[in-house]
Amino acid sequence: MTTTIANLKAKDFATDQDVRWCPGCGDYSILKQVQSVMAELGLNKDEVAVISGIGCSSRFPYYMETYGMHSIHGRAPAVVSGLKLANPDLNIWMITGDGDGLSIGGNHMLHILRRNFNVNMLLFNNQIYGLTKGQYSPTSEVHKNTKSTPMGSIDYPVNPLSFAMGANASFIARSMDRDPKHLKEMLKRSQAHQGTALLEIYQNCNIFNDGAFFAFTDKATKSDTALFLQQGEPLVFGAENDKGVLLDGYKPTIVSLKDAQFSKDDLWMHDEQDMFKAQILTRFFDEPNADDPQYFPRPFGVIYQTNRATYEAQHKDQIEQAVTQKGSGDLNALIRGGSVWEIG
Amino acid sequence: MIETKQEVTIKFAGDSGDGMQLTGNLFTDNTALTGSDLATFPDFPAEIRAPAGTLAGVSGFQIHFGSKKIFTPGDQYDVLVAMNAAALKANLNNLKDRGTVIVNEEGFDSKNLRLAKYEDGENPIENDSLSDYELFKIPVTKLTKECLKDSGLGTKEQDRSKNMFVLGFILWRYSRSLDSVTTYLQKKFAKKPTLIDANLKVLKAGYHYGDTTETFTTSYEIKSAPLEKGTYRNITGGQALVYGLITASQKSGLPLFYGSYPITPASDVLHLLAAQKHFGVKTFQAEDEIAAVCAAIGASYGGNLGITGTSGPGLALKGEAMGLAMILELPLVILNIQRGGPSTGMPTKTEQADLLMAMYGRNGESPLPIIAAQSPADAFMTAYEACKIAIQHMTPVILLSDGYIANGAEPWKFPNAADIEKITVNFAAAKKANENGAQNGEAFLPYKRDENLVRKWAIPGTPGLGHRIGGLEKEYDTGNVSYDPDNHELMTKTRAEKIAKIANFLPEQKIDIGNEKGKILVLGWGSTFGVINAVVNTLIEEGHEVSSTHLRYLNPFPKNLEQLLNQFDKIIIPEINTGQLATLIKAQFLKEVVQFNKVRGLPISKIDLYQFIKEQL
Repeated sequence: MTTTIANLKAKDFATDQDVRWCPGCGDYSILKQVQSVMAELGLNKDEVAVISGIGCSSRFPYYMETYGMHSIHGRAPAVVSGLKLANPDLNIWMITGDGDGLSIGGNHMLHILRRNFNVNMLLFNNQIYGLTKGQYSPTSEVHKNTKSTPMGSIDYPVNPLSFAMGANASFIARSMDRDPKHLKEMLKRSQAHQGTALLEIYQNCNIFNDGAFFAFTDKATKSDTALFLQQGEPLVFGAENDKGVLLDGYKPTIVSLKDAQFSKDDLWMHDEQDMFKAQILTRFFDEPNADDPQYFPRPFGVIYQTNRATYEAQHKDQIEQAVTQKGSGDLNALIRGGSVWEIG
Repeated sequence: MIETKQEVTIKFAGDSGDGMQLTGNLFTDNTALTGSDLATFPDFPAEIRAPAGTLAGVSGFQIHFGSKKIFTPGDQYDVLVAMNAAALKANLNNLKDRGTVIVNEEGFDSKNLRLAKYEDGENPIENDSLSDYELFKIPVTKLTKECLKDSGLGTKEQDRSKNMFVLGFILWRYSRSLDSVTTYLQKKFAKKPTLIDANLKVLKAGYHYGDTTETFTTSYEIKSAPLEKGTYRNITGGQALVYGLITASQKSGLPLFYGSYPITPASDVLHLLAAQKHFGVKTFQAEDEIAAVCAAIGASYGGNLGITGTSGPGLALKGEAMGLAMILELPLVILNIQRGGPSTGMPTKTEQADLLMAMYGRNGESPLPIIAAQSPADAFMTAYEACKIAIQHMTPVILLSDGYIANGAEPWKFPNAADIEKITVNFAAAKKANENGAQNGEAFLPYKRDENLVRKWAIPGTPGLGHRIGGLEKEYDTGNVSYDPDNHELMTKTRAEKIAKIANFLPEQKIDIGNEKGKILVLGWGSTFGVINAVVNTLIEEGHEVSSTHLRYLNPFPKNLEQLLNQFDKIIIPEINTGQLATLIKAQFLKEVVQFNKVRGLPISKIDLYQFIKEQL
């Protein structure tokens, strides 16, 4: 079982290696919040393993004073699956990016989510390939001009959280590098969840895709473009908390709370456990446009959470059941088999 | 009349739905219990159920057994059992002159003849085209149905029992007891007594048919073979491999983790391991080949005995991850049950054409040990040794088997589990923290090596050993990321030397048969063991100066191999590829070799190899 340790500091989780991300990269903030959260939760670093694929974000394990593996491109979910089956008590944090997790590793992402290993998965989404110097990624907006798409990208972007709902993920949440308080809260929620917790983090790549999420992080626009979800609370946003989301059957509508026509009591109340509502929420995926009165703000927070048996627990149960039914394996009996004969 | 024979080869052939594999396997188990030596060769169509009655749908099972040492399933058969016209057409060419053909008459109706592409009006069992053979026509379908008319079974189920009639008849022909089959049926259909009764009834009907029909005047008997004293069982290559892996797990105290993606002919390893969960075996059917190997790497990192298994195309996909395991220096066993390639190739046919991929099929300098099984029973020790090398030298190991070994069977003088050596594991010891929470003593160096250049295995969860590993080049000792040119060269050479040093732990290569020096040495590896032994034995009996040796360790080679090869004027290397071991031998020892290569998706035939070596004398 996992143990906790008192009086830890964020720096207890930092290694002696130089952090080599570009100055100003959003990854620094995420690293800091992860180290802080681990210290605040009193995690025993001997019981933590940070596993990544390849890409800028995947350098993460080198900077964490825990166990860690920087594996190969896209395959971290598979490494994590084997590691968790070998040692179900390890506290595993998987680090991936939009290219690593949704392009080359999209297949493994699908399967780890449906299998539901108890791990925390941080998806650093910066909508660009950073390590290879600036090609469009599977989450880049359509028409994006990059070195590999001089006439604009014609790839339609993937919606990571809708994808995750389709894969039957048991926990999906979204946060951003520029809101440390919210990010820490989401990291704690991920850690508390028993199952695969997918936390998508909007992360600014200030070199190749600067400002991709500024609409959601800048004070000037944020209140109209971002919707912060709270369990049991109505869906309210806007500079003066003057806009709300109403659910009319299956159809969400943006309403004004300025006149007396609608009050907060009429609005959609957030329920993390409601899979159908979660599916609709992940579809709030419009390009930010605060001027459009029917623009759906981008949800941040825990969109969906459900309790479902973990893969490793069920795997262990089957082994225990086999031992109960057949007794502990007898090597001699196995080698000998059913029918034998003597010569001599 | 009972006539005694020294050896017999039988081919059971029928439609893939006719149950020929089961018939063959049940006859094999029965044969093994008589003490005969034997070798088998199942030959299935690529499609699970190719259209019934067609040539593509023919499934066969060949067994060679005798009262002498049996090395191969036999090139040609004495007896061909053909359940339909297509089975006869597809297999007649390998029936010995004056051999016996036993056919199911109903399999030669106009529809079956048409599907087997016989000319209109041509029926091989009615015209005189089989006059050079001894032909027995049995109305198997009709007799089976007659037997089961009151059983309450439907037509389809009745039809499905006809293989039991054939099996019963063959068991009579070779003077056998029905006991082993009876026991099998009772166990198999324990919950469906109707099916036990029905199948037993048909089995006995087949048996009595031989006894009471005057057509068959002779039955045969094969005495037990002069095998080494001891207790034997029958075993397939797939079973032996799996038991070897479990033995290594038990002897090392490491839980076995098997990550795999279904692929012919390696899927049986997954099935067989999944049935052994009570040994603590963890099986994981991954989403693809890459995930399968990566999960095994994750499990090895976590302190399990990580194993992945596949066939050729899967090995190609696993290449990058194998390189990762190699640079991480973690134990990992990769099973490659080779099949005909390239690309999808011939999944159900055998080939030895992945040796060079095993040797060189990864980016960068990434040498790995390679070990190959030579026969079904030999797969047991090969698997155990592959695990032992992986654990004790902290490296991935590639184990090469092939479809012919995996599906074949032979008698096995099995060991006593207690006599198998334990495998010691070199884990890094935990470090205790002092009162302030700081670690005592020196920092942990994950890539510090012993005299064999092997690092210690540090398992996540161990107090005080936190460290980071990855696919980037590492600094010597610390394992920190390093782009230093001298360090890269040092690490590259160190990793290669670590593998080369494994040779210090391998037994010396020995001559299997023949003199230790002479004119010709036949050098083989893998599943050609049987055919090489059979042919070289024959040549020696004929007075020729020929020896043979078979390689289990393909990388590194045994230390004395060059010296051993130098004792002979000529080295002949037979392989089921276009010369892959030959390439390695030539490259490493700058030595002339004579190649004998066949790539027909089939084992090398005795006659072909015999003639080739004779010409070389």
